[in-house]
Amino acid sequence: MSETRKKEKCQPISEGSEWTFDLIEQYDLEIARVAEHYGLDTYPNQIEIISSEQMMDAYSSIGMPVGYNHWSFGKQFISVNQNYKRGVMGLAYEIVINSNPCIAYLMEENSMTMQALVIAHACYGHNSFFKNNYLFKTWTDASSIIDYLVFAKNYIAKCEERHGVSEVESLLDSCHALMNYGVDRYKRPYPISVELERQRQKEREEYQQSQVNELWRTIPGDTQTRRAGDKKIQFPQEPQENLLYFIEKNAPRLEPWQREVVRIVRKTAQYFYPQRQTQVMNEGWATFWHYTLLNHLYDEGKVSDGFMLEFLQSHTGVVFQPHFDHPGYSGINPYALGFSMFCDIRRICESPTEEDRQWFPDIAGSDWLSTLHFAMQNFKDESFILQYLSPRLMREMRFFTVHDDDKKEMLEIGAIHDEQGYQKIREDLARQYNLSVNEPDIQVVNVDLHGDRSISLRHKRQQRRPLGDTTEEVMRHVHRLWSFPVHIESSCDGKIEKNYHCPPRAKTDPSLFGMGFNFMGV
Amino acid sequence: MSYIVDRRLNGKDKSSVNRQRFLDRYKKQIREAVSDAASQRSITDVESGEQITIPQRNISEPIFQHGQGGDRTIIHPGNKEFATGDQLQRPETGGGGSGSGEASDSGEGSDEFMFSLSREEYLDFLFDDLALPNLIKQHLKGTDSFRFKHAGVVSEGNPSKINIVRSMRTSLSRRLALGGSSRARIKEARRELELLREEEINVERQQAILLLEEEIKTLTERLARIPYLDTYDLRYNHHVKDPVPTSQAVMFCLMDVSGSMTQPMKEMAKRFYMLLYLFLERSYEKTEIVFIRHHTSAKEVDEQEFFYSRETGGTVVSSALKLMDEIITDRYPVDQWNIYGAQASDGDNWNDDSPVCKKFLTEKLLPITQYFTYVEITPRTHQSLWDQYQLIEQECGDRFAMQEIKDLADIYPVFRELFHRRES
Repeated sequence: MSETRKKEKCQPISEGSEWTFDLIEQYDLEIARVAEHYGLDTYPNQIEIISSEQMMDAYSSIGMPVGYNHWSFGKQFISVNQNYKRGVMGLAYEIVINSNPCIAYLMEENSMTMQALVIAHACYGHNSFFKNNYLFKTWTDASSIIDYLVFAKNYIAKCEERHGVSEVESLLDSCHALMNYGVDRYKRPYPISVELERQRQKEREEYQQSQVNELWRTIPGDTQTRRAGDKKIQFPQEPQENLLYFIEKNAPRLEPWQREVVRIVRKTAQYFYPQRQTQVMNEGWATFWHYTLLNHLYDEGKVSDGFMLEFLQSHTGVVFQPHFDHPGYSGINPYALGFSMFCDIRRICESPTEEDRQWFPDIAGSDWLSTLHFAMQNFKDESFILQYLSPRLMREMRFFTVHDDDKKEMLEIGAIHDEQGYQKIREDLARQYNLSVNEPDIQVVNVDLHGDRSISLRHKRQQRRPLGDTTEEVMRHVHRLWSFPVHIESSCDGKIEKNYHCPPRAKTDPSLFGMGFNFMGV
Repeated sequence: MSYIVDRRLNGKDKSSVNRQRFLDRYKKQIREAVSDAASQRSITDVESGEQITIPQRNISEPIFQHGQGGDRTIIHPGNKEFATGDQLQRPETGGGGSGSGEASDSGEGSDEFMFSLSREEYLDFLFDDLALPNLIKQHLKGTDSFRFKHAGVVSEGNPSKINIVRSMRTSLSRRLALGGSSRARIKEARRELELLREEEINVERQQAILLLEEEIKTLTERLARIPYLDTYDLRYNHHVKDPVPTSQAVMFCLMDVSGSMTQPMKEMAKRFYMLLYLFLERSYEKTEIVFIRHHTSAKEVDEQEFFYSRETGGTVVSSALKLMDEIITDRYPVDQWNIYGAQASDGDNWNDDSPVCKKFLTEKLLPITQYFTYVEITPRTHQSLWDQYQLIEQECGDRFAMQEIKDLADIYPVFRELFHRRES
């Protein structure tokens, strides 16, 4: 009955696969209407139609609409271009930028269905996530990011003009090496406009230099008294996890413009930090909504059967999760996991089983929409999985854990999707999405203020995992920024396992010979 | 409300700066890869671009990472028969196996970074730092050929070169300038006339009207007498003769085809000639090739015959040099052509002939050629020709160079050596 009623009431917006600007506008209006019906709160959208070459450009600048120039983006571009030409890789259908208005790129090659899919996915899915998830709200400022990127690009171009491309390039290399350690986890950066940023930058330059000078002051009389008094005072007083910030503020020999460049890289890292922490949720949320929104339109008769078939084909491709023994397996597909989890939460709300009531007493049978919004707003991947991964979904995905201990000869299956394993799998999977577990935990613990000015970093081994082969190379980058010796001690449960030094140490320890005074002349 | 923006017309080469920076940064590695490719592959293929492969480790961007080892737990989907506590054989390291190694953890991506260069870029790298010697001299010398060049607009000239737009513009401004005051006066007079006509009728008024009408008539006639187009309005395009440097080159390929030259040796020579041709082609608008082969006597032939026909017999090198000289006199006037000679041989020559070659080269050919190269393709010891040529190299090192090729891989390095940019 409902079939016939729909047919009478509604004509599909379009038939056929060609898109036009009018159609995009109509689809956007319809999708916006449905999105509002489901309470999706978004920034205004700016939909930009681009060609595939432009998509490759956007792709290789990690999605930043304006970026400073650096060879690594060129490398990225070359490999994207190469893979695309050889047909190894299709281009992403969309790129969306966390800004206000929220910029989404649609590729001109897409069919009308794909454009509608992308609009639903990016302009309403991702967009509402950007606007409402607590991490994005806390760490990024959508309204100022484009301005900031423009400022950064211009500033770096100016530096290149003044100090030479290669000088700036090697500085950026070093900063990029530490990019993952340029993130502030506890202090909220506050939003400011370009004008203000530029003005601040000037003041900062002067102020910072004066601070650094203060720190490294070596006027003899002063030092004598300070030395006596400060002997036991550590600098920094607390271990610092934001390496780039520490370097920006305290590196003895950086010039003001170099500090600003460090800051730019740090800021960019900070901007991308929430995205790295919410991959599963963000993609899952967007996928869930393109699925829900377009199905809603279909139920209203606004889109045709052909549209739906094309949409579903591409949707299934996106959420396909190959099994571990599949040749195409490369880890867990965040789209698949995220989408399944949001669908599962809705199921738990709408038709909970006995098991669900036991595992999720709070949400079983509650209003699905508000539960979903709450989940989207207040979690990141790690906590989201810990909170919401249901036994039923674990059974569906047939999760199991492999325990790889280098002290044992064999690998061991730790847990599988059964009664005893649910809790363990949930915890382990959540840990897998914890960035601080995936990246080695490295912090600044000491700077030898009155000695050789060396900086000491401490690596705490988690599960006895050592540092990789790249460590020494990265240390050379730290050394370039810090200008004085760099040490890393890698420890496990308080026991020092390995020391790294840059520049490499001779057999005899040079610090024993009081080399410190050599470095006094800043 | 959403804004929809069409950005397709915006520039698409936003990444070209970054791409260029990448190429600049890895110039050394890319050049190595290019020279590998050049010595391994058939040179004829360089007409297209080139796939370049450089080791991934050279271009990686290091970050702090976990190393191998320790105690890890990894989750996989799609369990089939595993139960808790099952023991599995550890897959071979590096093999990946049933998925216990995520690429990001071990830090090992694919080992090679592959990308393609366009033909232009490829040749740039291939001939990077190479230069044609004596190119500048010819530029200065070659003032015998001219090209007509625009040199603005002049007021005298040939009717066929009339510049209509400029002529009409001058005509218009002349007419405006000459007729300006008259036209202004006519306007004024008409207005006065208007006013007078509204006044009461009396004799004075009639008088004034007549006067004004008279004046308007005179002025209109004067205006009509201004010519529409006058001779001094005419403007002509001007051209001057501009001496141009000679930008055509002819390359003489001389090869010994006596019995001692085997087919592989000829192949090597061919590759050398190909490189030289590509290189010349980049520097000159037009490049011609003349093939001369010789045993005891020399003959001009086409490419096919040059490389593939079989001959036997002794060797008299000077015959080829003489033929080259004849052809130059016949067809390639020295003031219009840049002349390059490239000789390949296995070093065999009739002993008495070698001094003749030396004399002929130093006295006749070298003064008129830009550069003459000699490659000896031989695994054996050198003979008299090599010794004589070495004398030439000492005498005229700026125009003559020689190298030895032992196998295929030598060709490109030898080529680089021959055309290495010299400080002038």
